[in-house]
Amino acid sequence: MSVAGHDHDDVLGDLMRGSLDHCVKCTICEQYCPVSAATPLFPGPKYAGPQSERFRTDEESVDRSVDYCSGCGICTQVCPQGVHIAEINSRARAKLKHDTGIPLRDRIITRSEILGKLGTPVAPLANASLRNRPLRVLGERALGIHRDAPVPAFAGRTFRSWAKHHVAAVPTSDRVVFFYGCGTDYYEPRLGEMAVEILEHNGFAVDTPKQGCCGLPLQSSGLFEDARRYVRRLAHNLAPAVRGGATIVAVSTSCSLMLKREAIEILGLEDDAELRLVSGRVRDICEFLVDLHDEGRLRTDFRPVDARVAYHAPCQQQGHGIGKPALDLFALIERLHVDEMDARCCGIAGTYGLKREKYEIAMAVGEPLFKQIRAVSPGLVVCDSETCRWQIEKASGVPSVHPVEILHRAYGLSNVPDGSAINGNS
Amino acid sequence: MKPEVVVVGSGMSGLAAGVALAEAGVGVLVLAKGAGSLQLAPGTIDLLGYAGERVTDPLSAIAKLADRDPRHPYALLGAEAVADAARWLSSRVAEGPLAPYRYVGSPEQNMLLPTALGVLRPSALVPETMAAADLRHADRIVVVGFRGMKDFYPSLIAENLMRATGGAVSVRATQIDPPSGLDGEPGTFRLARSLDRPGEAAALAARLAAVVQDDEVLALPAVLSIGDPHGVWETLQRVIGRPVCEIPTLPPSVPGLRLFDTLRALLRRAGGRLVTGSHVVGTKGSGDRVEAVRVHVSGGERSYPTRWVVLATGGVASGGLTLDPDWRMWETALGLDVAGVPAPEELRFSSRYLDPHPLSRAGIAADRDLRPLDADGARRWENVLVVGAALAGAEPWREKSGEGIALASGHRAAQLILNAERRVQETVPEGVAEPIA
Ligand SMILES: Cc1cc2nc3c(=O)[nH]c(=O)nc-3n(C[C@H](O)[C@H](O)[C@H](O)COP(=O)(O)OP(=O)(O)OC[C@H]3O[C@@H](n4cnc5c(N)ncnc54)[C@H](O)[C@@H]3O)c2cc1C
Repeated sequence: MSVAGHDHDDVLGDLMRGSLDHCVKCTICEQYCPVSAATPLFPGPKYAGPQSERFRTDEESVDRSVDYCSGCGICTQVCPQGVHIAEINSRARAKLKHDTGIPLRDRIITRSEILGKLGTPVAPLANASLRNRPLRVLGERALGIHRDAPVPAFAGRTFRSWAKHHVAAVPTSDRVVFFYGCGTDYYEPRLGEMAVEILEHNGFAVDTPKQGCCGLPLQSSGLFEDARRYVRRLAHNLAPAVRGGATIVAVSTSCSLMLKREAIEILGLEDDAELRLVSGRVRDICEFLVDLHDEGRLRTDFRPVDARVAYHAPCQQQGHGIGKPALDLFALIERLHVDEMDARCCGIAGTYGLKREKYEIAMAVGEPLFKQIRAVSPGLVVCDSETCRWQIEKASGVPSVHPVEILHRAYGLSNVPDGSAINGNS
Repeated sequence: MKPEVVVVGSGMSGLAAGVALAEAGVGVLVLAKGAGSLQLAPGTIDLLGYAGERVTDPLSAIAKLADRDPRHPYALLGAEAVADAARWLSSRVAEGPLAPYRYVGSPEQNMLLPTALGVLRPSALVPETMAAADLRHADRIVVVGFRGMKDFYPSLIAENLMRATGGAVSVRATQIDPPSGLDGEPGTFRLARSLDRPGEAAALAARLAAVVQDDEVLALPAVLSIGDPHGVWETLQRVIGRPVCEIPTLPPSVPGLRLFDTLRALLRRAGGRLVTGSHVVGTKGSGDRVEAVRVHVSGGERSYPTRWVVLATGGVASGGLTLDPDWRMWETALGLDVAGVPAPEELRFSSRYLDPHPLSRAGIAADRDLRPLDADGARRWENVLVVGAALAGAEPWREKSGEGIALASGHRAAQLILNAERRVQETVPEGVAEPIA
């Protein structure tokens, strides 16, 4: 049985599981869990994790509450004892799914790459269907995708096709690899273009080798075998550039966290040499730019930006352990007024909030954030993760963008008249 | 972006140092591998509860303790610094995000407050919502619990309090149903969050009014709101017409979280940053100065250059210190020498749980400037200061001094850094140093 990490040669899995012995039942994780605060259906990370794990065997479990864990990972971040609570629960969830069967829905919505490939050529039709009420009701009944859940619109073109024809502005020997992720490729290609232009503005030649999905959506729905295949393929595609000395710069904080850590810890791929090699060289784009600044290499020819924005650091971004580098960058921009939001999670957690039985929970989880956003009524919400942006935009009604969009504008690369409003999906 | 001070640890000591520095205009980055003890502890500031006997005046007892035991953290700090820190904390909470919620009490007098087991806790500074149960003054108390709430048993509390006060205080116990809007088990946090919803406090007050008698103080578990404790507490007192107070629960702790939230918000407000989930694993430095701290992050390591480091990593319970199977103790963040570890042939633990345990005094030895000392008693780093439960020489569990030491040393470290920087500014010609503040 290899699905949930109870097999014998899963050394790291045993270490993760063994970390539960460090749990002193202090309940910090229960204080911080945004899901158990929103619903009694999830009894909390301590209960579902270290406490229940002791009773989990190869037999099927009678306790299914761990399915309500959204996998946001906050419990692991705050645990004073270093217990890998979220990772233990991810594995338990995968085993539960394996035992009880994986719904068709989860097999569909987790294939971001395939969905992207199918939807892109027929974008107008696909987008219209996604906004069509009767179809969405049908989708909820037939598949269990909540009718009101935030789904992104296909861009109708891919980032990859842009990159193929893009000619770099400056010749330079400093090279970075841009890891764009499925969200950028199929839904927000303009974000990828802006990231490339910012990197070029700072004197880097940007390579975009063939990549593919990181497997995160599959992993969070318990489809570990498929997730492993995807992330290995991605690591394999990125490895040659890393061997050549390049840093990998990413815009999606959840996909980059998958490469940095989650695939190794949750999928048990610690022995995959290529993944290990790649994982140490991945940088979130804001992290990368702040590092440049610390080395005195970041261009700071920012123009003032007259805007009031709310910044929310998504859970997966917090999982990097790098603080909030976007805020450090924003501090370099004159007249930009940033309200840092102080809520834990927007609720969506990748695909969690799309599911019929979890949609309401996800909205309740995000409510403190939405309330804060409404209270400052910014022109724009800034957030590093795509699914969170879609959730926030839908729930708060405020357009949401990646930090890169603000930087692009401040660098004067956006070709917009000064003083005009910034809005999402530009 | 480069912080001037890196604080390692986000408990009472680290946040006290961080807030005091940030409010003085210094760039502060707090790095913590996880949450500290604040959110678990009762949220009271116990300066010194026991020094052999139960302490009534903590400040003078601290002065005596300092004379008797020069290696105790309070001896490094002195009573004056403790009083300063206590005043400072009260003022910060009063101007914090939960204001008008505030702390009451004095460093010169311990109150005697009931614990969730009905034991008397000597405590100097406490949330306003706890003070009415001070058993030095209370006459009659009714302890009201919520049916189904674990670890809060009114009759146990009542019986033990009667015993502890020799019957001087009359304590009665009763239970009511949890608020009706509560889904699921009435846990500490679920109750507290439910009282944050509009109308809930008034509804609860009406039910409590039916239970309390004319001359009683009403004591409840400490669940009176996370976001607006002052408002909820006032509502209850107004509707019921009697003094209302909170008794701290076993972990998790709502008042502890309020104090953490307050300090965290003050840090943010003053421009300081807090990064949770970053495990400090070492330093880069040369000579007697640390130049950067090294942090384990997802996918590798990163280092933060800094002028100063405040080590606020707590003791064994928070992972600041670890004991290996060969009975060697390690300081996990900077790799400092650990003092006070009993030799292999010496006694480490007493056989009785509540007796003094020699090993529990182990920690980082420091001088009066809070600089860490190595095994030979020499200063290890000039720009590292050690604070809180990481310091050697105390037994906070027996003394009831944990939060006091953490607060006073954290606050003191900030003053020491500010003083040192001012000196640098005065003696170095402009433009040469990178002075802060
Ligand atoms: C349940 C409980 C009840 C208590 N009750 C009382 C009481 O009634 N009265 C009283 O006076 N005291 C009490 N205490 C003790 C008191 O809370 C502590 O002594 C005091 O808060 C210690 O504060 P500190 O800042 O030194 O350390 P802590 O609050 O322990 O914080 C340590 C911080 O350092 C971080 N850290 C550790 N190692 C590393 C590393 N290598 N890298 C990065 N970060 C690291 C931790 O994650 C944490 O954030 C109680 C404690 C607990 C747990």
